[in-house]
Amino acid sequence: MKLKLATMVVAGVMAAAPALADLTFPSLSYRTGPYAANGIPFADGYADYFTLINERDGGIGGEKINMIECETGYNTEKGVECYEATKGEGALIYQPLSTGITYQIIPKASADGIPVHSMGYGRTSAKNGKVFEWIFNYPANYWDGASIAVKHILDQEGGDLNGKKIALVYHNSAYGKEPIRTLQELSKKHGFEFIEMPVDHPGQEQKSQWLQIRRDKPDYVLMWGWGVMNQVAIQEAANIRYPMDHFIGIWWSGSENDVIPVGEGANGYKALNMHMPGADFPIYADLKTHVYDKGMAAGAGDQAGSVLYNRGMYAAMLAVEAAKKAQELSGVTAINASQMRDGMEALSIDAAKMEELGLPNFGPQFDVSCENHGGSGLGIVQQWDAAAGKWNVITDYIESDKEIIDPLVLEDSAAYAAEAGIVERCN
Amino acid sequence: MLYREAGDFSTTYEKDGQTFPIKFDRWGYYVILAVAFLVVPFLINDYWANAVFVPFLIYAIAALGLNILTGYCGQVSLGTGGFMAVGAYACYKLMTSFPDVSIFFHVLIAGAITAGVGVIFGLPSLRIKGFYLAVATLAAQFFLVWLFNKVPWFYNYSASGQISSPERTVLGIIVTGPNTDAWAKYMFCLIIAVLLAWLARNLTRGSVGRRWMAIRDMDIAAEIIGVNPLTAKLSAFAVSSFFIGVAGALFFSVYLGAAEVGEAFGISKSFLILFMIIIGGLGSIFGSFAGAAFMVLLPVLLKNILVGQLGWATDLAAHIELMIVGGLIVGFLIVEPHGLAQLWRLTKEKLRLWPFPH
Repeated sequence: MKLKLATMVVAGVMAAAPALADLTFPSLSYRTGPYAANGIPFADGYADYFTLINERDGGIGGEKINMIECETGYNTEKGVECYEATKGEGALIYQPLSTGITYQIIPKASADGIPVHSMGYGRTSAKNGKVFEWIFNYPANYWDGASIAVKHILDQEGGDLNGKKIALVYHNSAYGKEPIRTLQELSKKHGFEFIEMPVDHPGQEQKSQWLQIRRDKPDYVLMWGWGVMNQVAIQEAANIRYPMDHFIGIWWSGSENDVIPVGEGANGYKALNMHMPGADFPIYADLKTHVYDKGMAAGAGDQAGSVLYNRGMYAAMLAVEAAKKAQELSGVTAINASQMRDGMEALSIDAAKMEELGLPNFGPQFDVSCENHGGSGLGIVQQWDAAAGKWNVITDYIESDKEIIDPLVLEDSAAYAAEAGIVERCN
Repeated sequence: MLYREAGDFSTTYEKDGQTFPIKFDRWGYYVILAVAFLVVPFLINDYWANAVFVPFLIYAIAALGLNILTGYCGQVSLGTGGFMAVGAYACYKLMTSFPDVSIFFHVLIAGAITAGVGVIFGLPSLRIKGFYLAVATLAAQFFLVWLFNKVPWFYNYSASGQISSPERTVLGIIVTGPNTDAWAKYMFCLIIAVLLAWLARNLTRGSVGRRWMAIRDMDIAAEIIGVNPLTAKLSAFAVSSFFIGVAGALFFSVYLGAAEVGEAFGISKSFLILFMIIIGGLGSIFGSFAGAAFMVLLPVLLKNILVGQLGWATDLAAHIELMIVGGLIVGFLIVEPHGLAQLWRLTKEKLRLWPFPH
């Protein structure tokens, strides 16, 4: 025992010795466990973009990026440990890619003064920057996602959903429960019947839910799934011959790893996205020269061009742009977490910027402001073509129904402000 | 040489019956307590508190609780995660309903509520034993998790079903919420852990503990010599659930700060705590602490060495870590099926003779 403790002390002290003078971006990733199939491409994309910036541009404004990876396994306890382990090293921003861990670190990061960017996940009402000073969730959030999916269905049905049934198959956790409130409001507004179908962690067991779908015959099925749950749901849907073009996943349920295992059966499955899929972007040429060909690709290096790899890259790109903005605003290159936050709040992504970065039309255009930490709330719908093995974008950017979402955001953030005793900013 | 009992005479019954009859042990115990109370709080930082000490203390309390039920009374339980959830949700409801009351009392009341729930789920133990009881408690685990997911009242109707702990104080010192100092967190858990360990030790040494052990060793014989199985088994369930409820309350309010029932208190938690007491040693207070230390600290230590020191890829380290911990568990149990506590006992026996073994 005593020897073990002594070893721990030594290991801990050595591990805690900070690496200074770099811009530190922790990557709380998960490459193991039931969510690894989705965690790996995101983590690879996130890491590769930083490597590219270091190799091609020599860092951000001359400051090298130091990315510390920490394995969470999508587990909140390990997430806490990772957060505590990395925050002492001058972490500038956290992107945990887990709604559970995000909920966990929202209060902690706000108290420690480190920004959190939960891109399209986490607590939806963090959009309200008046309450959530340190938390950002641009460019879109779950409630936008729910609304965009319903708008797409409206389009399909010629604008009338009266008497239709829409089922939501969701991961029975904070993540999956997020869209329920919006969908309830939307069902009132558009007159469709809304059916909730929870799937427990990790989601391999969904026979009963799909049996229920076979019995109730909902006109559309929405899915808020993650990890192994996605593949199982799509397989089950194929098994009961549910019409795949009436099955729509959130942007976390729409990667290659989710549909490829189902093979032909997944053809026509739809999912939302907040950016473009595929590798048809000039940045991939740079990545090839500066990262892949030098043998510096993260992980196994086989994820390039997949949806979640692109998303990881997008997350890293937004972080780098915010850091550039922060350097510009503060006039120093070695920014700290608080300056990083100011940079995020002043972030503006337009078409010219994306073009310049080698990602033309990659994502939506949006501006972050003191009041709005949630971006523009735009999303596209993509459809899986099993024969070609690729996602086809089938819509333009769809805007979410702000009339429904904004009051909900205000209500939920006001509840949080009251609970945590926060006074609104930006007034 | 160092560890010996020569010259250590007990002249009164009190001295003979004390917890640590050997002076060397006693001093060791005092030194550990002194370090824990007087040294650690001044050195601790957020990382050490949140990644090492606080989870260790909380898991130790939970392991103590399960050890009372399984180790001392012989009733196998797989419902630990569910009972921790009862403690956590009870604590959350109390914290939000009575914000002015000290969190210390909330934690204890949450334990008491869990004790009540534990007694209800302990009733089948009067009819069934062994694996069948394990299955009954497994049902408790799944039922409780389902309940806290299903009924919005338990999570105050929040949109995501998450519960998050607001800022609460003990004697004006913040112990929950994001603004808690590392030492406050640690001291709060330490005080409760020491109190409960002291309680557990004395309960198991006294008549109550003897009744539990009689039931464990042979329930029919125990009944013949006058032990009432109803009160013995149900009191074990109540006391055990109280400990586990307190652990659950601390786990949610002090350690995690936000929790969702399926993830934080799922079946894997029940198994984790069961592993702790099996590895630590069934029917041993020291074993509960040793088992908790083994299961909580070893992964953190391995991670720091493999990733922090050797610079391995995180996924490789995570997989190797599972293998090492698993291998060590199997290895330990082959070498010493009675766990770390027995290993410690044997070490002491050997040390008494050292350096002149027969």
